[in-house]
Amino acid sequence: MSNYLAGRVVSLIASLFVASIVIFIILEILPGDPAQFILGMNAQPDTLAALRAQLGLDAPAVVRYFGWIFGMLHGDFGISYTYRVPVSELIAQRIGVSVPLAIYALTLTLIIAFPAGLIAAARRNSATDFSIMGVTQLGVAVPNFWFAIILVWVFAVTLHWFSAGGFPGWDKGFWLGIRGLTLPAIALALPQASILARVMRSALLDTLDEDYIRTARAHGLSRGATLWRHAVRNALIPVLTIIGLQFAFLLAGGIIIENVFTLPGLGRLIFQGITQRDLIVVKSVVMLLVFAVIFVNFLVDLGYLAIDPRLRRR
Amino acid sequence: MRKSLVLLALASALLSTTAFAAPRTDLVIGIQLEPTNLDPTTGGAAAAIRSVTDLNIYNGLTKIDKDGAVQPDLATNWDISADGLTYTFHLKTGVKFNDGTPFTAADVKWTLDRDRAADSKSAQKQLFTNIASVDVVDPATVKVTLTQPQGDFPYDLGWGDAVIVSQKTAATNVTTPVGTGPYELGEWVKADHLTLVPNPNYTGTKPALDKVTFKFISDPTAASSAVLAGDVDVFSGFPAPELLDQFKSNPQFQVIVGSTQGETIVALNNAHPPLDNVKVREAIAHAIDRKAIIDGSQFGYGTPIGSFFPPGDPAYIDLTSLSNFDPAKSKQLLADAGVKDLTLTFKVPPAAYARAAAPIIQQELADVGIKVNVVNVEWADWIANVFQGAYDYDLTMVSHVEANDFGSFGKPGYYINYKNADALNKLIAQLNATTDPAKQISIKQDIQKQLANDYAAVYVFELPNLTVANKDVQGLWPNAPQPTTDLSALSWAQ
Repeated sequence: MSNYLAGRVVSLIASLFVASIVIFIILEILPGDPAQFILGMNAQPDTLAALRAQLGLDAPAVVRYFGWIFGMLHGDFGISYTYRVPVSELIAQRIGVSVPLAIYALTLTLIIAFPAGLIAAARRNSATDFSIMGVTQLGVAVPNFWFAIILVWVFAVTLHWFSAGGFPGWDKGFWLGIRGLTLPAIALALPQASILARVMRSALLDTLDEDYIRTARAHGLSRGATLWRHAVRNALIPVLTIIGLQFAFLLAGGIIIENVFTLPGLGRLIFQGITQRDLIVVKSVVMLLVFAVIFVNFLVDLGYLAIDPRLRRR
Repeated sequence: MRKSLVLLALASALLSTTAFAAPRTDLVIGIQLEPTNLDPTTGGAAAAIRSVTDLNIYNGLTKIDKDGAVQPDLATNWDISADGLTYTFHLKTGVKFNDGTPFTAADVKWTLDRDRAADSKSAQKQLFTNIASVDVVDPATVKVTLTQPQGDFPYDLGWGDAVIVSQKTAATNVTTPVGTGPYELGEWVKADHLTLVPNPNYTGTKPALDKVTFKFISDPTAASSAVLAGDVDVFSGFPAPELLDQFKSNPQFQVIVGSTQGETIVALNNAHPPLDNVKVREAIAHAIDRKAIIDGSQFGYGTPIGSFFPPGDPAYIDLTSLSNFDPAKSKQLLADAGVKDLTLTFKVPPAAYARAAAPIIQQELADVGIKVNVVNVEWADWIANVFQGAYDYDLTMVSHVEANDFGSFGKPGYYINYKNADALNKLIAQLNATTDPAKQISIKQDIQKQLANDYAAVYVFELPNLTVANKDVQGLWPNAPQPTTDLSALSWAQ
């Protein structure tokens, strides 16, 4: 087990290092001068040069790379070119929206997908199975931003149960914040739940065909107990992989949903950083997201250890 | 008898409370662009900063009103010397900044000196470089001496970039703005909203609204949903003209269509042959149908323009006939110029009006035998390669939104590469040398005629100012002569 763990930790650090180099190089190649962007079309050349020197854009690439890495290790992500505030402040504000939203969406996904996949597998080839598969097919096919707009139209504009967008902030009350995140979470959860339900179903179906299931039933275990105690546990490995990937996507890929609902999240921060050529924000937030994804996958690897006893003996 | 008396009393009490119910004093305004910081004097995406802070948090010596005219603000009146070089501003007395410190002439001197310094970070430094010196005569009088006459100097001081700040607090204005306006910053939740609350030290007329929230919504559909759901009471600069009809037909909302200072042009690189031939440029102008572009890409919202000048301005003359839609004339001019099989590169920045108009323009030019390659570029790429650097384009399309920018074509290194810049700059010098309004109008008309006759660009339309609001909101500016949201003009109807 310690070999397995050690291998995973080394892979974590190596991936982070390679990712940081790739991110840095790509952003170096991008055209566009942040100083010009900040000051606009009418700026004079001497003002631009002064701003460039102030932002530290004149130093050589290697110096800037190591300055960035060491800064990040100390929690200093630099000062944003456009907002003139520490990037760590911006990230802290946005994380307060993106992470709860991702957790909320993942919870909804699990609540919907687990029972759906279970029931569909348990009653395979029945009418229930086909209807569940039909609904999930729709859920995968429907674009989530279109679904989001429909949700806004029905629940915000017509019924006035929710606001059409924006996030009131957690200090105005926990439930008010949850209310602000509900429609976006539902819009994000729909396609993810559909995918997860289908994965759950097919993983279960594979497991249900195994010999040990037949043995358990032959020993007299009820259908329900066999399903729960033997089938589901073994089907969890592919499901856990997918959940890890989905959480990473929910954290970073919610940019479109964040746009439709005008949520101040990490996706929008990166998007605005790219269009405004605020390279410090882009570098740091992308690095943070890469770290989050790699870390979540590391946790999933640990999860395998918990589920699969065979790995503990390695 | 008693019961009916009680009922009558109750009814009249109810009626009286509804009749005398105080109108709302809070307002939520939606805008597309969030300001990056709250200091318009040190650069940054100034238009967004000014739309929140100008006239609300800060004041300048003068201000621009809703008709684009200069009005006194911190300066109650001013005297101009006979040679047009010395301006003596008489300042309002008793004014305080929102932190309680008194406003005096020393603040004016400090601000203007900072704006015109060699290391000034102002995005509109050219407004101040002509100032030779600023002198404090007494705490309520300031003398500004110019090196050359600048006819529009009082107007230039009304720009949001020219607001007066206090030396003590200038460094932190980006996050904690300190100004003399009727409002100060309440709270700012980045990327979501910003709230302005009344300035306790304001000495002028108290505004009707005591809590104004700016909500930042960049997506057009989200903006529309926000207005329909009542999340915002006003949307200033509505980004989706195609969705306006549903608001027009809804009695709960008002739709105000005005104009801006944004001249939207198809720029022609006058340095790239054969575009250096005025006949070829004229041919392109006649090939483009303004009406088709306004209807097709702007859904009918936008005023056609014939030169580089806004139609709302008193000096405007209609020169659209010089470049009227005439494909036959266009083909004739191309033949006269000996141009055949012309291929041009059209670089399109990510502005909605440009991306929507590009296919229409491509087709219209194809109809007269010019092949156009449309290349979509991002803003950073456009600024680096089209607007500056190698001026690597034949055609491009952009809206010039700053006021009084008709002199831009004469600036050295301006991306149009206008060959007749000297004549233009002579006219601008004459304009600056006079303060007589009638003479100023006549010179501005000459400038328009020169730019139109030289076909320096194809002048298409003026960007409209679209506002959608709850029908009970009053005082909204129909036009946008500057990117300002004047909150003290707004109130709710009874």
